[in-house]
Amino acid sequence: MNAVPISFYLVLSAVLFGLGVVAFVFKRNIITIFMAIELMLNAVNLAFVAFARAWNQLDGLVFVFFVIVVAAAEAAVGLAIAIALYQNRDSLNIERVNLLKF
Amino acid sequence: MSLAFILFFIFALIAVAGAVLLIVAREPIHSALALILVMMSLAALYLMLGAEFIAAVQIIVYAGAIMVLFVFVIMLLNAGVEERTNWSKIATYAGIPLGVLLLLELAHWMAHSAMGATLASGAGAPNEMASTQALSQLLFQTYLFPFEATSILILIAILGALVLAKRDE
Repeated sequence: MNAVPISFYLVLSAVLFGLGVVAFVFKRNIITIFMAIELMLNAVNLAFVAFARAWNQLDGLVFVFFVIVVAAAEAAVGLAIAIALYQNRDSLNIERVNLLKF
Repeated sequence: MSLAFILFFIFALIAVAGAVLLIVAREPIHSALALILVMMSLAALYLMLGAEFIAAVQIIVYAGAIMVLFVFVIMLLNAGVEERTNWSKIATYAGIPLGVLLLLELAHWMAHSAMGATLASGAGAPNEMASTQALSQLLFQTYLFPFEATSILILIAILGALVLAKRDE
């Protein structure tokens, strides 16, 4: 596949990252907030792959691989935190988690 | 309008629609399904960029493993409809225009820089099979130490998840 400029992919990546930030700020459920983080990581991965293609360097793809591994670890720990939170608070709403709130 | 452009716009549209659906969905399970949609279309875009190994990993690890974990936890905790956040005035009159402005600026810069005009074809682009082979050589030779370090990271993540999710006696 060719003929699509790299800038198209980069703009799409920026749009997806922005939507991920919006979701992160707006969502009140801790699980959907984790999903917003995954969306942002995916947007960054798209930029990595596009840059790797633009410069014909495969190092970018290796970094995508590591980002996916770290995202998997983050999801495992984060969802364990969500379960612990539910056991303590009986709710997934982050507004109820205000122990450290000033 | 070549086929590549049409395919790009189809998958880009699906990805953005999925991301918007993630935001507006009230039920967490709908958000999870929307996120899987985004990941699938991103995998198709990776294929168009010639990164077929990353596309496979994207589907297997992201859409397969990670999202199953999410859906499992949503089902386990019986997550219901979430409450809406208060939509403040400052978000409407300052946040959205500023966000759109930033996006336009970013798009303008990318479209007009020398790098942005680079076509995703690449005259000397490696063919598909050679790309995966070169990637594995890079991963297991140049980046061998970080690769091994990630196994420790995964081990620590498993232990951390066990400790966190364990009920206190």
